Amino acid sequence: MPSLFSDKRRLAFTILGALLIFFISWPILRTLTSNSPAVLWETLLDAEVRNAILLTFSSSAIATAIAFILGVPLAYLMARSTFPGKRLVEGLIDLPIVIPHSAAGIALLMVFGRRTLLGKAFGLVGLKFVSATPGIVIAMLFVSLPFLVDSAREGFEAVDARLERVARTLGASSWESFWRVSFPLAWRSILAGIIMMWARGLSEFGAVVILAYHPMVAPVLLYERFETYGLKYARPVATLIILICLVTFIALRMVNKRREE
Amino acid sequence: MTHIQLQNLEIKLGEFHLRDINLTVEEGEYFVLLGPTGAGKTVLLETIAGLYQPRRGDVILKGEVITQFPPERRGIGFVYQDYALFPHLNVAENIAFGLQLQDFRSLFGDSRKKKKARLNSQIEEIAQMLSINHLLHRKPKTLSGGEQQRTALARALVVNPQVLLLDEPLSALDPETREDLQRELARIHRELGTTTLHVTHHFEEAVALADRIAVMHQGRIVQVGAPQDIFRRPASPFVARFVGARNIFQGMVTSAGENGHKTFAWDGLEFSVITKLTGPAHVSLRPEDIILSQVSLCSSARNSFPGVVTEIADRGAFIYVTVKISSPSPHPQGKGIASSSQFICMITHRSREEMNLREGSEVYVAFKASAVHVF
Repeated sequence: MPSLFSDKRRLAFTILGALLIFFISWPILRTLTSNSPAVLWETLLDAEVRNAILLTFSSSAIATAIAFILGVPLAYLMARSTFPGKRLVEGLIDLPIVIPHSAAGIALLMVFGRRTLLGKAFGLVGLKFVSATPGIVIAMLFVSLPFLVDSAREGFEAVDARLERVARTLGASSWESFWRVSFPLAWRSILAGIIMMWARGLSEFGAVVILAYHPMVAPVLLYERFETYGLKYARPVATLIILICLVTFIALRMVNKRREE
Repeated sequence: MTHIQLQNLEIKLGEFHLRDINLTVEEGEYFVLLGPTGAGKTVLLETIAGLYQPRRGDVILKGEVITQFPPERRGIGFVYQDYALFPHLNVAENIAFGLQLQDFRSLFGDSRKKKKARLNSQIEEIAQMLSINHLLHRKPKTLSGGEQQRTALARALVVNPQVLLLDEPLSALDPETREDLQRELARIHRELGTTTLHVTHHFEEAVALADRIAVMHQGRIVQVGAPQDIFRRPASPFVARFVGARNIFQGMVTSAGENGHKTFAWDGLEFSVITKLTGPAHVSLRPEDIILSQVSLCSSARNSFPGVVTEIADRGAFIYVTVKISSPSPHPQGKGIASSSQFICMITHRSREEMNLREGSEVYVAFKASAVHVF
């Protein structure tokens, strides 16, 4: 592999790329180093902050689990079958990426709100979405499911369809060929999708804030502190959130990397 | 005894359209489906295995119609051209795949320990047979093409399939490995006697392995027969070309000769042939059945024409020589009148040297009436 500075073109590319890396890392580093550890520790002891972070983690995990159960079969179908309207389905799955998340929140409110049909139906079994954890979960699910479904679909697409056929001729039923061949082979991509989706769910603000300002997830809490008390008070919370996300993200990526080897 | 029978099969899949497929494979037979790429051979195999449903017609296994059976209930083994080994499993686990499924089904079988011991001995046995027992712990991607194909064969054979389907099993291999594995296939078939349906576009491979051959062309079976039948007596110009007859002419047979000999006339050239046919017909003549010489060989059984060498194509082991027929033949049975016809002949390097052949050399081509196949 030639070095990054081996000729003028590479040098130019390296400089341009470095600017972008700088643009991401500087603000993050600046935030991370702007607070003394003592202040961070104090912030962590703040029950409101702690609860918000736990709520964020668990809501996103539930959203990811739902997307896994419903999305992996869909991803498989999109990778393996042709059906009328397939391109439409593909477009729909990616739609949450392009619409503003606050608009997504409004859209969800129109369907899951208190006075809507679905809202009333769920209300009968004691499930409410507005200003409640389920609202947070569906907001996160809506905006971050493309990451899991797309990644899983790519995973299944990379599995040679003939492997399943061979499995069938060796005596595997349709289900067995999925569980013993396609799923294990696509698992790495699915796992990468799970990580991406969960991480994306953690950071969701726009859709969540419209459905459920309370209970407060970490990004909403941060926003509230900023609005009410100003930068000085918001900063340690931001630092803490970035730090925790960073550590988890790196850890998950390492787990995924290890699986690849 | 008829083992597998295809009855009026019609299959349509993407650009493939197979029609009127009727075929019978006998118990223990090594049957080769021969045809050019794109003839729909793979699709036909996949239909037999139950991976596709035919539009019409039936697949019959030992007298039972299995057209509606799912693949896992057919007991038909399948080996793909590029092996299709499970990349997440090592060689032993690949081979064990089908066996484990069988064990999984037998709820009231032996203890787990006993099953495991039996599984291991079965794997060991088939690995021994295919000489891959030193590779059992390797992952497929670390194996050579030949080793991968042996593993794929072991995986298919270990579950004792009723029928083994091989889809171009040797085509992705280098020539040396291909020959090795070809011998191996013949040996395995001798030892296990598994009814085998092998698909290929290599004529030599088909001749070397097959008890019988079916030739496919544009979604139909155009000829079925023993290898020598197909080789010597192709039923159509397509088959003749496909088996390398090289000299294929269209002309007219007239019954003129005595003792069964007739005359074939084509493009101003006449030569004697042996056939029951009369009227418009094709003839085919294999390049190795033509003799080149510097003087006319006037034997009574021979057709002989003078000509000029127009092309010499070196194929390594042998040479193809194209001879353009130039002037009327001195032989009474071969009346050549100013013709544009040419013959492709096969000679060895040695005879090329002996005759000192080069483009423009004047030679005689000669062949027996019996070497000409009329159809």
